Amino acid sequence: MGNASSTLTQYDIEEVQEHCNYLFSQQEIVALYERFCQLDRNAKGFISADEFLSIPEFSLNPLSQRLLKMVDGLNFKDFVAFLSAFSAKASLQHKIELIFKVYDIDGKGQVTFKDLLEVLRDLTGSFMSEEQREHVLVWVLEEAGYTRNSSILLDDFVKVLSSPGLKMEVEVPVD
Amino acid sequence: MAEALGSSSAEMDLDRPNLEEYLPTDSIQDSPKNLHLRDLLDISPTLTEAAGAIVDDSFTRCFKSNPPEPWNWNIYLFPLWCLGVVVRYGILFPLRVAVLAIGWIVFFSAFFPVHFLLKGYPKWRRKLERKLVEMMCSVFVASWTGVVKYHGPRPSTRPHQVFVANHTSMIDFIILEQMTAFAVIMQKHPGWVGFIQKTILESVGCIWFNRTESKDRGVVGRKLREHVQGVDNNPLLIFPEGTCVNNHYTVMFKKGAFELGCAVCPIAIKYNKIFVDAFWNSKKQSFTMHLVRLMTSWAVVCDVWYLEPQYLRPGETPIEFAERVRDMISARAGLKKVPWDGYLKYFRPSPKHTERKQQIFAESILRRLERK
Repeated sequence: MGNASSTLTQYDIEEVQEHCNYLFSQQEIVALYERFCQLDRNAKGFISADEFLSIPEFSLNPLSQRLLKMVDGLNFKDFVAFLSAFSAKASLQHKIELIFKVYDIDGKGQVTFKDLLEVLRDLTGSFMSEEQREHVLVWVLEEAGYTRNSSILLDDFVKVLSSPGLKMEVEVPVD
Repeated sequence: MAEALGSSSAEMDLDRPNLEEYLPTDSIQDSPKNLHLRDLLDISPTLTEAAGAIVDDSFTRCFKSNPPEPWNWNIYLFPLWCLGVVVRYGILFPLRVAVLAIGWIVFFSAFFPVHFLLKGYPKWRRKLERKLVEMMCSVFVASWTGVVKYHGPRPSTRPHQVFVANHTSMIDFIILEQMTAFAVIMQKHPGWVGFIQKTILESVGCIWFNRTESKDRGVVGRKLREHVQGVDNNPLLIFPEGTCVNNHYTVMFKKGAFELGCAVCPIAIKYNKIFVDAFWNSKKQSFTMHLVRLMTSWAVVCDVWYLEPQYLRPGETPIEFAERVRDMISARAGLKKVPWDGYLKYFRPSPKHTERKQQIFAESILRRLERK
């Protein structure tokens, strides 16, 4: 299922469903496919960064650049797998893993002070100085028992974010 | 000792409501929690918004061409449909092309002599050219078998008025032009459309703009004002959405047409998709292909409503006026309103919106930091 053709066979749907661990129903996958084809203007089989940025609501999201690195050039199967973290059926662990991946954008397996600073910079822009951001981060890290030089792993994320849990759900509009 | 403390703390409780009256409401709404690592790591709201936009967004919906439901799926309807295809492509299409070609020939053979020979009689020339353009538009409409129902009083030619309509395709202009010779303001186009713009439309009065030039806006505003004052000029037709939308939604109206200090006459256009979807998806097909599609379908059916002229009310800003007229047109044509600027099709949103979000987040952190 490399190229985005305009029809999706039952076999394709099942393959995609398996790839995303059955977190989306077949109807939702068909709806997502329509959306994918709508965004992928010249039927290349993937959505380019430019096409994502043509969605105004996405473009004005503070984390859009970071997310683009994760979604740019994904084929349909991986596109659905990415979005599956936002399914109501996805586990808390799955959602926390996605958040971890957003921080650890270069996939080192650990989140450093630099990563935390970058995300905070995206979220606050010019409304906080770099010193203020570093100060805040050092403060909350030390309060949680880490230092500026700690490398934070996925398990640490799970520990911090598990209670009282996360609400991270998106509904796929099915006709 | 404890009792004394107890009574003094009760007095302090009485004090607290008074204190809150003096504090700004913002800091009261923010629950006085201390800042923890969790608050900074939890980016789920922002991620949810981004994923929500990827899955569905109200802006892209405006430009989605909805394919018609296939109705030819059984053994009885399929041969009927095949026959229809043969008739449409084999008989109707060549006939229509012929009608169009003859129309063009007649038009040009009348237009150019009138244009050059009657240079000394501007009033007559203008009248004849207007009639010729109206005729040519009727030929166009006939070439895709346009079945247009006009409702409401026909526009009259007098100064100090502009007409605004919702925009679905460039054929909107042709449909309206066959009734009344409007002057129009258009985006400069390349190719044969550009040629027509430069030669023929000049005669009915045309104002050009270029979306990509930002300084253009001031110049265009001035030209609009000049045109509206002119007594002999054709009434001006403006499409305030600035781009073609799929006839199910309306995007925000640009305020240019609403700050000219004259009457604004709204026109609502609704196409019936029964035979063909008249939305011109300019990103997906050229105008020529769009016309071919119209000419190979059975008919283009639409309703045009001329609505009551509106004036700027005292205390109303041009933007509010534009929204009010958009309400009227959307209600009449059964379209849903969307709070986006049509130009976002071509340009990215201003960073102002992102900055607003950043500001809110940064301020909430700084506030909680101060609490320590």
